[in-house]
Amino acid sequence: MPAVRERPAPRVHRPPTTPPGRRPGRSPHDLWPYALIAPAIGGMLYLLVYPLVRAVVISLQDFRLRQLISGDAEFVGLRNYRTLLSDPRFWEVTGRTFVFMAVNVVLIMVVSTLVALMTERLRRVGRTVVLCALVLAWAMPVVAATTVFQWLFHSEFGIVNQSLTALGFGSFDRYPWFANGTASFTILVLLIVWQSVPFAAVTLYSALTTVPAELYESARLDGASASRIFRSLTFPMLRPIFMLVLSLEVIWTFKAFVQIWVMTRGGPGDATTILPVYAVQTALSSQRYDLGSAASMITVVLMSGVLVLYFRQMFRQEDDLR
Amino acid sequence: MTLPSRRVRRIPLNAAAVVTVVVCLFPVYWMVSTAFKPSRDIQSAEPRLVPYTWTLDHFRRAVQADGFELFWRNSILVTLGAVLLSLVVALGASFAVARLRWRGRRQFMLLVFVAQMAPWESPIIPVYIISRDTDMLDRLPTLTLVYFMITLPFTIVVLRGFLATIPPELEEAAQVDGCTRTGAFVKVALPLLAPGLMATSLFGFITAWNEFAYANFLIIKQQDNRTLPVWLSSFQNTFGTDWGATMAASTLFALPALVIFLLLQRHVTSGFAAGAVKG
Repeated sequence: MPAVRERPAPRVHRPPTTPPGRRPGRSPHDLWPYALIAPAIGGMLYLLVYPLVRAVVISLQDFRLRQLISGDAEFVGLRNYRTLLSDPRFWEVTGRTFVFMAVNVVLIMVVSTLVALMTERLRRVGRTVVLCALVLAWAMPVVAATTVFQWLFHSEFGIVNQSLTALGFGSFDRYPWFANGTASFTILVLLIVWQSVPFAAVTLYSALTTVPAELYESARLDGASASRIFRSLTFPMLRPIFMLVLSLEVIWTFKAFVQIWVMTRGGPGDATTILPVYAVQTALSSQRYDLGSAASMITVVLMSGVLVLYFRQMFRQEDDLR
Repeated sequence: MTLPSRRVRRIPLNAAAVVTVVVCLFPVYWMVSTAFKPSRDIQSAEPRLVPYTWTLDHFRRAVQADGFELFWRNSILVTLGAVLLSLVVALGASFAVARLRWRGRRQFMLLVFVAQMAPWESPIIPVYIISRDTDMLDRLPTLTLVYFMITLPFTIVVLRGFLATIPPELEEAAQVDGCTRTGAFVKVALPLLAPGLMATSLFGFITAWNEFAYANFLIIKQQDNRTLPVWLSSFQNTFGTDWGATMAASTLFALPALVIFLLLQRHVTSGFAAGAVKG
């Protein structure tokens, strides 16, 4: 069962060799289909392709507040990219982005695999309860969840500090989580893992349910241990879906922009600034639209590697684009 | 294997299940319970897991906050506009993909998939500059257009999937009986498509309802045109340390999404929303 697309889209009752002209509107030169997709194409061109092209152009220009108002920007070649790449702060941010991504993705994949395996072994009632809880956590809007986490980790009245103090960790009494770089980073990771695990776990779980039970039985009869069954049977069967979820989570790390912006704005200092945050800070807060665009172009290039992996996996999974 | 030993063996498993449920639900529960607690219980050194006394004060303060109704209305307008627009456009496109044969169909679907996966936070700088150049900054229609684009690819993919499960022979039969092609589609396929349309638009609704980045950066000067997520993110600035009211506002904002997800749980757990809706 494909996880990343909702329905297997079986091409029912569609013989590939329909005689031309049997159905109206079937000839390849008919203009009907093009009229039908025109609005979608137009929307994508204006709101996706055009902004991307514009970003490339701006990243090659000298584009600051003055140019934004007067509108006559000069081309400066690759100067912005050179400025960025020779800026140690940019490299710090890039390094942090990869650390952030790696920590999040590893935690998400490990935890959600465990939750999926656990859910499959539960009885019916327990399974329903766990799935309901996962769905509720998944449904929580990003901004609401971020606000709630700020409240959970509030220095004075936050439940986390009060519980930790009650458990005997006196040093957490009024501990200001958001004043410390590492602590803020940790909270953001916790928040993103909490929000991402439900999707990954539910997807992996629905993939697990497609593994035939007979396979497990025969493996158990052959005397395979639990970890051996996972390595040699479950994981190979899960692999395609696992890779899809993995690449999605990598791409979605860049959506953490919202949580970071609402919670810390990249601070304290630079402790939670990752590339998308850096790009927006540079462009919209310091009015260096050229440098910001260059930074987001670099982000897009870094990400497209993962995107290519994702699409290769997806097309191998189901040749659905005939 | 006797029954008691099996029960003992299941203890770690059930304990893990309990931990999972608690971890998933606690932040949601804490948000709701804080919203109902009186302020003196919120700001006390001894936290209470279950509120002793319940109060609606925080909700009252959140609802009476400046512009609450206005932002609620803005959110609804933008979201509904985007969802309806993308539903209409996607219906045409998915019909073309699922029912008609034409050159470029494969390329079109590839474009849709790429758009679905596109990192939507990246083009925010050029979109800001383009809307500034075209005098669209600070206006709700801009947001509607952006959300339309964010929900469109997903809607096309899902509707195409639903359409593929409806046998084209049904429409052909109606055409034999004298319907036009459009008439056959509207009278035969559309009613069968209704559940799909419903589910898709609800997921589109959630995506647009939750969107923060564009709403935050495209609506700057005209504060009356802000939407709920932006309002909520600046709530602490307005209300300072009033965490009760903040949590009440979060609850009110999260409620539609929570209800919709629970209603659509069947679709959600079968991987329906994957790829588009992520919280």
